[in-house]
Amino acid sequence: MDYLDQLEAEAIAILREVAGQFEKPALLFSGGKDSITLVRLAEKAFRPGKFPFPLVHVDTGHNFPEVIEFRDRMVKRIGEKLIVGHVQDAIDSGRAIEQKGKNASRNALQTVTLLETIEKNQFDACIGGARRDEEKARAKERIFSVRDEFGQWDPKRQRPELWNTFNGKIHKGENVRVFPISNWTELDVWNYIKRENIEIPSIYYSHKRDVIERNGVWMAAHEFLNMDADDKIYNKSVRFRTVGDMTCTAAVESEKTEIDDIILEISQSKISERGARMDDKVSEAAMEDRKKGGYF
Amino acid sequence: MDILKFLTAGSVDDGKSTLIGRLLYDTDSVLADQLEAIQKSNRKNDDGTVDLAILTDGLKAEREQGITIDVAYKYFQTEKRKFIIADTPGHIQYTRNMVTGASNADLAIILIDARKGVIEQTIRHSYLVSLLALEHVVVCVNKMDMVDYSEEVFEKIHADYHELATKLGIHEVTFIPVSALRGDNIVNDSAQMPWYKGKSLLAHLETVPVHEVDNLLPARMAVQWVVRPQTDDLHDYRGYAGRVLSGAFRIGEEVKIFPSGNKSKIERLETFDGDLQIAEEGKSITLHLEDEIDISRGDIIGEIERSPLVSNQIEADICWMDTRELDTSATYLIQHQSKVTRCKIKEVLYKVNINTLEKINADTFGLNDIGRVEIKTADELAFDPYETNKRNGGAIIIDSRTNVTVGALMLRAAL
Repeated sequence: MDYLDQLEAEAIAILREVAGQFEKPALLFSGGKDSITLVRLAEKAFRPGKFPFPLVHVDTGHNFPEVIEFRDRMVKRIGEKLIVGHVQDAIDSGRAIEQKGKNASRNALQTVTLLETIEKNQFDACIGGARRDEEKARAKERIFSVRDEFGQWDPKRQRPELWNTFNGKIHKGENVRVFPISNWTELDVWNYIKRENIEIPSIYYSHKRDVIERNGVWMAAHEFLNMDADDKIYNKSVRFRTVGDMTCTAAVESEKTEIDDIILEISQSKISERGARMDDKVSEAAMEDRKKGGYF
Repeated sequence: MDILKFLTAGSVDDGKSTLIGRLLYDTDSVLADQLEAIQKSNRKNDDGTVDLAILTDGLKAEREQGITIDVAYKYFQTEKRKFIIADTPGHIQYTRNMVTGASNADLAIILIDARKGVIEQTIRHSYLVSLLALEHVVVCVNKMDMVDYSEEVFEKIHADYHELATKLGIHEVTFIPVSALRGDNIVNDSAQMPWYKGKSLLAHLETVPVHEVDNLLPARMAVQWVVRPQTDDLHDYRGYAGRVLSGAFRIGEEVKIFPSGNKSKIERLETFDGDLQIAEEGKSITLHLEDEIDISRGDIIGEIERSPLVSNQIEADICWMDTRELDTSATYLIQHQSKVTRCKIKEVLYKVNINTLEKINADTFGLNDIGRVEIKTADELAFDPYETNKRNGGAIIIDSRTNVTVGALMLRAAL
């Protein structure tokens, strides 16, 4: 079997296990290419039926407008339910405190809203698009990853995961994060998007944009970034390799507007995907620490 | 292009991390930001070159405690194939982790230190490989640079291991003399061992045939989810969603449902991308039957000719994976495919000393113990003996108090 067929069949089987094992699952949808891929896989797993779960988007309020527009259009097309949790609500009510200074980002605050949304809706399983090739803390993550009621990941308490037999048994209050594309690499996702002709937000393709330099990488010039007079604005041809919010997602210079060129560019690239994420640059164990705190 | 999943067995001293690091490094799979991180590190080899073992370094939590917690998965690819490495740690919990890693691997690399030869640890690793029924084994005789690249040393280990493999029923073994540290025969052919005429490790991994669909195995599918939209236009639609575990299903073919024993004919083999005539091993499909019969999640759909074993009294090999001992008076859960039912592990037949392969008497199992048991389940399971069809022969034991997976079962026989 071709590798994309193999990865697809595995992911479909994982999604169907979620449907079979949990009472209130949800699919965490960020608007990025990985969660868009998950939506296509869910169509393959459950059509002509409806998805046995809603999509859940944690909106930091600092998203690229192109991504929000894409999200709403896609949800309309597939006819599934979307639940949006707003980080702004958590900030307004004082449950989350906005960071200050030039490197301020709402990335970490997402966790507050995510956990609140899980609790409010009593979700017992949250499907996410994380992959093991992204980062070394993720390399040790299970496909069914049990979190306690605080959303914490404990690498020492992980369950052995054998064959394709997934143990989703949990106590009340706990939930499971499920990662159907654990075994996919960044390049696999791109090749799948190409093969399936899946639409993705326009910011993944090259476009002209005002950018500023922050910590050695290009960031979209926007008021969300707490810009000041020292920030010099350049107009460059760029594209984004991952889609988080504007404050933590760096652009790469690129002239590529076709998916084939992007695939070629990525396969020749010498920087890893998360190398373009400010949130991982904070410290060597940044991802591991965030996961322990409930990040997905 | 397909995917090869393999696992590496060996302790830290065997150079396992260096071997994986070498594979990644010499196939250009290490990206600039990761390379920068290892070059900044103070850990260097004696000759000042970068220590490639750093590429497999784990979590902060692990470094703080000086241990490796569990299986880490690594990904790389060449022009010929994609690879997934299950990197399993070498400390005391090794058995549990190796069994976990091996359950999803096509091939195992067993590392032997050329200076030490076949030792107790080699026996343990090889036993687990045979228990989990891995199709392919590669023995890498490592640290050949420390024994002057001696053909004699290699041949002696070859002969010793061959004897062990025969005893364990491991049929396909490939031997490669390597030095992970120097890069000999890992990705690049070695100039130091002209007497070795075989392939480098990577060349072997790129070409060894795996998961070619085995149409000789009986057709099996576990029902994961019943699709019933119940909308106006799909009022009578009823599809059974699942993955073909083994063999192949064809339209029009008669099938049997287990454990009920009901029969029907295949009407459609549906996928999102259109209907199939034949659905082969590995495919996720939605199967439609001609008759409306009672089928639910967890049932096994199989061919008429060769039925699975259907029983609630089962003999199995077990690997115990919990720090709490097995309690033969307690009720556990058993999960086989998508079916979960209650069970008791009624009797411990024997325990295996995995360093000597001796069978010993035992009443219970502790963490990492392996042996044979008799199980009684509340509902019948429809399974195949693990050694004949491992895609439908494995199951897990779950402690219903903690919900933790506490045991791996290789089902062997119906009693």
